[in-house]
Amino acid sequence: MTLANIWFALVAVLLTVYVILDGFDLGAGVLYPFIAKSEEDKSVVRASIGPVWDGNEVWLLTGAGAIFAAFPMVYAMTFSGFYLAIMLVLFGLILRAVSLEFRHRDTSWKAVWDGAFFLGSLVPSLLVGVALGNVIRGVPIDPQGNYIGTFLDLLNPYSLLVGVTGLFLLVQHGAAWLSVKSEGDLHDRVWRYRKVTFWICAVLAVATSAATILTVSRASDNVFGSPVGWLFLVVFLAGVLYTIWQMMKDDGELRSFIGSAIIIIGLAGIAAVGNFPEMVPARGTPDITSLTVERAASGHLTLLVMLILAVIFVPVVLIYTAILYKTFWGKTKAGDADY
Amino acid sequence: MDALMLARIQFALTVGYHFIFVPISIGVGMMVVLSERRHYKSGIPADRAASNFWIKLFTATFAIGVATGITMEFAFGTNWAEYSRFVGNIFGAPLAAEGLIAFALESTFLGVLLFGRKRVSKRFFYISAWLVWIGSLLSALWILIANSWMQTPAGYKVEDGKAVLTSFWGAALNPSIGPRYFHTVAAALLTGCFVVAGVSAYYMLKKRHVHFARQAMLWAATVGLVLAIAMPFLGHWGATVVAEYQPIKMAAFENVGDTQKNAPLYLFGWVNSDGETTGISIPSGLSLMLGLSPDHEVTGLNSVAPADRPPVQLTFQSYHLMIALGFLFILVFLVAIVMHKLGRLERARWLLWALIACIPLSILAINMGWMAAEVGRQPWIVQGLLRTSDGVSPLVSAGEIWTTMGLFVVIYLVLFIAWLRIFLGIIKKGPEDAAEMLEAEKASAGPAPAPAGAGR
Ligand code: HDD
Ligand code: HEM
Ligand code: HEM
Repeated sequence: MTLANIWFALVAVLLTVYVILDGFDLGAGVLYPFIAKSEEDKSVVRASIGPVWDGNEVWLLTGAGAIFAAFPMVYAMTFSGFYLAIMLVLFGLILRAVSLEFRHRDTSWKAVWDGAFFLGSLVPSLLVGVALGNVIRGVPIDPQGNYIGTFLDLLNPYSLLVGVTGLFLLVQHGAAWLSVKSEGDLHDRVWRYRKVTFWICAVLAVATSAATILTVSRASDNVFGSPVGWLFLVVFLAGVLYTIWQMMKDDGELRSFIGSAIIIIGLAGIAAVGNFPEMVPARGTPDITSLTVERAASGHLTLLVMLILAVIFVPVVLIYTAILYKTFWGKTKAGDADY
Repeated sequence: MDALMLARIQFALTVGYHFIFVPISIGVGMMVVLSERRHYKSGIPADRAASNFWIKLFTATFAIGVATGITMEFAFGTNWAEYSRFVGNIFGAPLAAEGLIAFALESTFLGVLLFGRKRVSKRFFYISAWLVWIGSLLSALWILIANSWMQTPAGYKVEDGKAVLTSFWGAALNPSIGPRYFHTVAAALLTGCFVVAGVSAYYMLKKRHVHFARQAMLWAATVGLVLAIAMPFLGHWGATVVAEYQPIKMAAFENVGDTQKNAPLYLFGWVNSDGETTGISIPSGLSLMLGLSPDHEVTGLNSVAPADRPPVQLTFQSYHLMIALGFLFILVFLVAIVMHKLGRLERARWLLWALIACIPLSILAINMGWMAAEVGRQPWIVQGLLRTSDGVSPLVSAGEIWTTMGLFVVIYLVLFIAWLRIFLGIIKKGPEDAAEMLEAEKASAGPAPAPAGAGR
């Protein structure tokens, strides 16, 4: 196990935690216009993620920082190569961040902030999956490590399929979260959405798996050829079965949310194993241009220092994240954001 | 315009915009800690109302600081890909550390400040205020480490066209981090003092919340005066480091053409088309300041090729504007304190207006400081190692940058208007009336939830 490989795993962990945590915020934001009918419902939806979304987003910032530090070539290539897509994600995140805070201070621009909240959640939820699809499928890379395709090349059918699947994965995750946090009519509506979106996501996931096996055999071979790949397949399937079981019960909200988190862990693991040891495989350019873990990795000292930092501080952050969730445990009430 | 120029403009615009909100966050964050401390000790509703007021101003600003900060974190990869490949080994580590150590602290406990008043104990709430503020100071530390390394690289070697870390502490504690950190943080706190003093001045002008305003004003003017007096000293410390490690930048600050003894220090000036300065200067001032002797030799711009010199006029003017504003700030706070002692502050309308005007002026001073530091570093993106023109993303087109620039301008303008309306709205409304607040708290503690959306 080299330091670079450890960092590959750590980056995967950081990003997985991000998807589990901010995923439900984003999913809730996408559902917001569909499920929140009254002012009171809207207030509950926003307040259910209000105290936590910023802390959740930090996992993305840390993940991006970690890629920058541990794999500068990957950071440089993906961010500049997927320029417009990344910028759209960025604008989404900006709109989401301010809309949550400004909405309750600024009643005369309500409609603007509601729209910004929805769009700011939808765009990142969709595009992050599209980017992932491209990273799995591979992209054309020049010898210096630059992406040499166009923006439209990124919108290929396979990546779009991954994008839509990812969107529904987050939406069902967000619905699960809201079903934990809401009460009454809103809860019943959300719980129905939770089941419907789960099944849509399941159908899409089957299609994505088939498409991966048929068109990106490198990835599926990697997964089926490795015990770790099988492990994550089992985790994934266990998560699916557990979620279905909990969705059939009347009080399965929290456990179905946990089930959904297990599904995300399984999927992220499968995607990581599918790509390893490449981080961004080349497609249409010689294999040697692929950004592999070894080629993209930083120097030894950087990786070591960062590992020390991560070993100390990731647990610390997890501890105060837990404190925060415990503080805001339980059903969200409409007036919770008042002070 | 080519992609390089556009990328530079975009970076300068977005980071300058981020830095409108950062100093207010850091500065008002200090006020949140202090007012919550007061409430923690006294427990009385009036203090709670005061603290809630500062928290509202703080969180409204913090939100937009967070949103615009994400832009900056992405900007290195999107627009400066070659740069990212070159420095990733060194620069990425403080950025990741900032996330783990600082942002996580800020963001988590911000949730408590926003939603926790009714949920957590007074003590937990007070500690959260501290943690958010400490988080913002730590975040400033890490990002300034990254920036200072670009100004005065240390603890590295260049290998295969990349900077590789050889000493973590060497890189982190590079020569300019000390003055840069303290100068920048003191500047942010000074801005905070002006926000507090300006808001108080507004209430004094309107004769509302006068008791609240008096308390806040006295505090802000005292702390502000101390900070304002510290600024030239911290700045001078920075200037000596610049003279040693970035002599050409120092030459551009004062437009020193030939290397010379008896170099003058300009108070004001204009760089003419022939490269000479017209203005008012202290003879031998610069030599005295940097070497404590008129015979101290100051390196001039002409000692390097024209291609290695920064744009002089912009550097010169932004630097001198910062300094002029710095001395103005000392004066304003000094006069405010004297007038307070004479008991005439609240009737001196011109002075109250001046205090309000100092809020945008201090943000202007801060951005002028950055302008001087960053433009003065040109043409280098990493001093002496990598040129800005070699740092840009090679394949991002001018068209793509135009597109995103348009979106940035539109979105950032709308956000600025929205933020200003909200910020001024909070000030107009003022701290809640303590008695009414108690009533409302009693009512909402009962079984019926408060009507949603009411009174927000
Ligand atoms: C001296 C201080 C300072 C400087 C020079 C910068 N920032 Fe900043 N930044 C802060 C001080 C700060 C802060 C005080 O910590 C903020 C501002 C307001 C806030 O909400 O947190 C913040 C927020 C903030 C966030 C959001 C954090 C969150 O979600 O909580 C990011 C990602 C960045 N910044 C990144 C950057 C980058 C990449 C910069 C360099 C170009 C940069 N900042 C310059
Ligand atoms: C927040 C306050 C800051 C302000 C107002 C600021 C201002 C500027 C300005 C005006 C430029 C354009 C200079 C030019 O192109 O002529 C610039 C460039 C740049 N700065 Fe800063 N800067 C700030 C902080 C930082 C920090 C903290 C970093 C790094 C950690 C940084 C890194 C850069 C980079 C990479 C460029 C792009 C290259 C260039 O255009 O020179 N800046 N900045
Ligand atoms: C009054 C006398 C002042 C002096 C002599 C002074 C000096 C300096 C110098 C020499 C630099 C460049 C440092 C570098 O490039 O490494 C600088 C930068 C800066 N100044 Fe000032 N300054 C003064 C006042 C102020 C004031 C009043 C503010 C804001 C309220 C301010 C904010 C800044 C900022 C934000 C920077 C950029 C960060 C940095 O490089 O430290 N300065 N100042």
